[in-house]
Amino acid sequence: MEPRMKLTSHLGRTPYYVLAGGLAVIFMFPLVWSAFASVSPQAGTAQDEGFGFGNYRTLLEYDAGLWQYLWNSTYVSIATVVLTLGVSLLGGYAFARFDFPGKNVLFLLTLAILMVPYATLLIPLYVLLGNLNLSNTLIGLSLVLAMYQLPFATFMMRISFEAVPRELEESAQVDGCGTFGALRRILLPAVKPGLITVGLFAFLAAWNDFIAPLILISDSSKAPLPLAIANLRQQSMGAIDYGATEAGVVVLAVPCLALFLLLQRHYIRGFMSGALKG
Amino acid sequence: MQSQVTDRPVASPVRDRAPTRRTPWWRSRALKGIGYASPTALFVLVLFIVPLLLVGRMSASDWPLLRGDQGLNLPDNYTAVADNALFWPAVRFTLLYTVIVTVILLGLALLLALMVQEQRPGVGFFRTVFFLPSALGLASASLLFWGLYSPSIGPIGPILEWLGLADGPISFLGTSTSALWSTVFLIVWKFAGFYMLILLVGLQGIPHDVYEAARMDGASRWQTFRSITLPLLRPSIALTLILCVTGSLLAFDQFFILTKGGPDNSTVTVVQLIYREAFQRLDLGTAAAISMIVLVVLLILNIAQFLGLRRADEA
Repeated sequence: MEPRMKLTSHLGRTPYYVLAGGLAVIFMFPLVWSAFASVSPQAGTAQDEGFGFGNYRTLLEYDAGLWQYLWNSTYVSIATVVLTLGVSLLGGYAFARFDFPGKNVLFLLTLAILMVPYATLLIPLYVLLGNLNLSNTLIGLSLVLAMYQLPFATFMMRISFEAVPRELEESAQVDGCGTFGALRRILLPAVKPGLITVGLFAFLAAWNDFIAPLILISDSSKAPLPLAIANLRQQSMGAIDYGATEAGVVVLAVPCLALFLLLQRHYIRGFMSGALKG
Repeated sequence: MQSQVTDRPVASPVRDRAPTRRTPWWRSRALKGIGYASPTALFVLVLFIVPLLLVGRMSASDWPLLRGDQGLNLPDNYTAVADNALFWPAVRFTLLYTVIVTVILLGLALLLALMVQEQRPGVGFFRTVFFLPSALGLASASLLFWGLYSPSIGPIGPILEWLGLADGPISFLGTSTSALWSTVFLIVWKFAGFYMLILLVGLQGIPHDVYEAARMDGASRWQTFRSITLPLLRPSIALTLILCVTGSLLAFDQFFILTKGGPDNSTVTVVQLIYREAFQRLDLGTAAAISMIVLVVLLILNIAQFLGLRRADEA
């Protein structure tokens, strides 16, 4: 370690750890509290005596039931991931490896999705999905969410393909592989990190989105989990069930935190490359 | 543009290698490219271009939610927006909120980034802890704080009472000022780690010998920060600024869940107004008109920031 670093870290050690530790407590406190509040006794909730999972039981029995909402969220998230991965894998391949008329226009139009506010498109999309007989359907919602993932996903997949040396697939093509064969056998393994990042971001975006289902889904039994939990607050017979809400927050947060901790490397790589070039 | 320049020379060896095949290979290859790009093109066309045209058309039409298109009525929807009693207060509130959030959020994010920049024991732990709230969804975080701020199970009031700093329950969302600041706190908590990470990457891109040179010249820590770190960090700061301003101008989830626009419509944002026009007043035409206004304002803002950044790069 260099002398400069040593000196400053010796001088600044105690105040540094007091400040950083204090901030860490503030950052952790809401997360820890919501987990605690979801199992601790609270008057006016299903868990009014002792610690236990009464609030989670409330959630299981609320309206269409927790399992239905979890299924809705899982369906939408997986459909969004599959659509985003499929479209951006082929699109990224096309943009990185082929020349065709309109290529640059299409790429710029895809990125232009980022320039248009989410809210601006949701009103016409509400009408459009109605015309396509997709209003109030989970697949319609997934299509919209996948469209919003396309700028990041296409960009990410394009740079992933461009990072692969061309010789790799040219030798494969000489061996009689078509372009699709080269994609499937040679390129797919090479762009896997990009795919993981794109899939991770598509999943988190779909799992957490609130305004799109709020506008596009009118049938409460088709609501994804965030919308269902938000509805739960208003519909419990006048009395607000804060305990069940915090239980819902825990159910919503656990997959996100687990994915973050498991895939930290992909997570950070993903939004860094987006951030740096964006 | 760049890709074309780089694509050509690399593609030519293939062309040289297969002169005997009479099929114009580049044509079939171009067709294949179009084939691979067609799902993207379909998505962009149907779910982006068409809605974009449609929102323009809707903003110029009498379009009730339940009865659909009733024909053009330009410029009624736009004049209705200007006459809407909530519009200007919503614009003012959204701008106020954006300024407050941006200043506090970027200030704290910079502090956090500087704190976790150097390798020292525990720094990895602090990075993870500061970033953890960013892994949550915004709606989840808003629901979390909705309980946290509630008078019935919220822990902050009892803690302050126990410390002797307050007596009786505190109303976090009861007045327009407290509702604004409570929401700002939620957003700062949720996003500080995210912006910290962007700034951290910028900080780590600054070469070490620049700092060494400054140290040799006898610069103090503050001088080093002001005349080296800040200027060299400008691209990262500009990026966080754009993301933060855009995100705040489009604020919706946090106010919809936490304050529902209350008390007395004092925390209604512009995007909330779009939602209310469309699904409470059942008027898609004016909702589309507000959407168009938001689109134009953000486009101007983005272009201005882009030009500003480019000028800064050239300077």
